[in-house]
Amino acid sequence: MKFAVIMFPGSNCDLDMFHAIQDGIGEEVSYVWHNDTNLDEYDGVLLPGGFSYGDYLRAGAIAHFSPIMEAVKKAAAEGKPVLGVCNGFQVLLESGLLPGAMRRNENLHFICKNAALQVENTETMFTRSYAPGQEVIIPVAHGEGNYYCDEKTLAALKENNQIAFTYKQNQNGSVADIAGITNEAGNVLGMMPHPERAMETLLGSEDGKKLFESIVKEWKDKHAITT
Amino acid sequence: MMTFEVTIYVTWKNGVLDPQGAAVTESLHKLGYEGVESVSISKMMQVRLTAEKEEVEAQVTEMCEKLLANPVIEDYTFEIEEVISL
Repeated sequence: MKFAVIMFPGSNCDLDMFHAIQDGIGEEVSYVWHNDTNLDEYDGVLLPGGFSYGDYLRAGAIAHFSPIMEAVKKAAAEGKPVLGVCNGFQVLLESGLLPGAMRRNENLHFICKNAALQVENTETMFTRSYAPGQEVIIPVAHGEGNYYCDEKTLAALKENNQIAFTYKQNQNGSVADIAGITNEAGNVLGMMPHPERAMETLLGSEDGKKLFESIVKEWKDKHAITT
Repeated sequence: MMTFEVTIYVTWKNGVLDPQGAAVTESLHKLGYEGVESVSISKMMQVRLTAEKEEVEAQVTEMCEKLLANPVIEDYTFEIEEVISL
């Protein structure tokens, strides 16, 4: 399986993401620059964390108009897995691939620590390797992770099982403790915690590994059926 | 074509809690301004642009919808002033 890691000016978790794929799960991965316009050769798209375009105006707002985002939207429409982590999640929200928006953390602090998460839905292509109801430790590092959506959207998220991860202890003010959501089709996941930083027990946790393994497992199952 | 000075205000939608506003409200209370009921911190942007007079409003609306405001959490208003060059 071949992954693309999108690099925006100001991305700073792109190397971690690359490392997670190449060394963590041993799959193919390349960097793709924000000015590129084609992702057809890739099977999965990863939007890393950081501060794309300096977070000017709103986090993710300017990255949304990068040339590569049309290709990301196309990949999403084709059903390919698209994962946005942290700033990548903010970009997915701004581009309308996921519902809702981010606000500054409730306490106005940049929060950087390990967070206990509840895997809310193990039916998605991103979470199928986790056990139902599993608790995982994945680090967070953000100043604007306070997820907001209106009540109608929240009801829809719940009804369609789009909430993938929640915080065990809500630390940023997010509506319904939301840490990660998918789109309705289930092939786009945005999450504030960094699974690519949880790949090795030696470095604190390897709970993020199952997320990437899930994507590959799903892809391999699909691939076996269609060829 | 004419030049215009546009002032755009991007404010929080009703019901969306603004964490900065909440923190400032608390600070003002600590300073003794107990009458302060709420503070909302918004953005004001000044845009100078050249356009046909009848197109300015539509252009600015489009800018707000596409980029300057996030309709999920923000509202916007604007004032357009013609720049008269002497």
